Amino acid sequence: MMEALAMGGYGGYVWSSFGLTLIVVIICVVQVKRRHQQVFSDIKTRLRAMETDQ
Amino acid sequence: MWKFLHKLASPPHFYDLSAKIIPWFVVPGTILIIYGTIAGLFYAPPDYQQGDAFRIIYVHVPAAYLSMLAYTLMAVSAGIGLIWRIKLSHAVAAAAAPLGAWFTFLALITGSIWGRPMWGTWWEWGDPRLTSELIMLFLYFGYMALRAAIDDTTKADKASAVLALVGAVNIPIIHFSVEWWSSLHQGATIVRADGPAMPTEMLFPLLAMILGFSLVFGALLLGRVRSEVLFRERRSRWVKNVVLASGEQG
Repeated sequence: MMEALAMGGYGGYVWSSFGLTLIVVIICVVQVKRRHQQVFSDIKTRLRAMETDQ
Repeated sequence: MWKFLHKLASPPHFYDLSAKIIPWFVVPGTILIIYGTIAGLFYAPPDYQQGDAFRIIYVHVPAAYLSMLAYTLMAVSAGIGLIWRIKLSHAVAAAAAPLGAWFTFLALITGSIWGRPMWGTWWEWGDPRLTSELIMLFLYFGYMALRAAIDDTTKADKASAVLALVGAVNIPIIHFSVEWWSSLHQGATIVRADGPAMPTEMLFPLLAMILGFSLVFGALLLGRVRSEVLFRERRSRWVKNVVLASGEQG
């Protein structure tokens, strides 16, 4: 088991590459969701402001 | 056909359809990535020259491939938007840029981590493959900065489209750099005249990773285009209806 994780001495390089990839994918997903929520709430705020104006 | 394309490019229709399509990208994409990761890390045999360090290929190649695909997509959509004035294509171009930048960053970093044990250096200034990929990162940054600097969306679309198209000359340079000049970077492995230079136990996980990451990229892109479309059409009736119909869930 430990031998498989050590990757013949290259474990640090291999695992950090895969780890970084996972982090970047997670950041991309979070950014997409955040952006969508932000646009939604901005539009909602604008619609409410228009209602109170009338 | 034209009628179908026209309907697809209409923002409200795209908004509805994309929500239904996204899971069809995410689910198979995730399954392929899980398979590719496990098979690539534990079942593929070590490379006879590079040992287990070669396994970085399973994240490096998809990242590098998508970094270039995203740029191509961005430049082509921007060009279509410029010529035919299709609103949706400018939204696609704007959405592709940050994703492309992330994948370029990932390709550079994983390449650097791979280069350290194989070439004995994290980075080699002047190497054509490395330098042209770095230039692409700066092109993405320039594109995003230019968009952010112009408030008027229509003007931002036009100016950034020109930048994207001019920067597109870098794409063939990245692709052919390892053939045109001497580079530390190895040549092509999969797409070769004499077939892939890899046994299938190495190749299948790599193909799974490339396809899996492409599908996830597709889902991320669609997600970004949705926000972009909603923002651009914020004054329209259909967006108002979408937002009101969503209730409090946001």
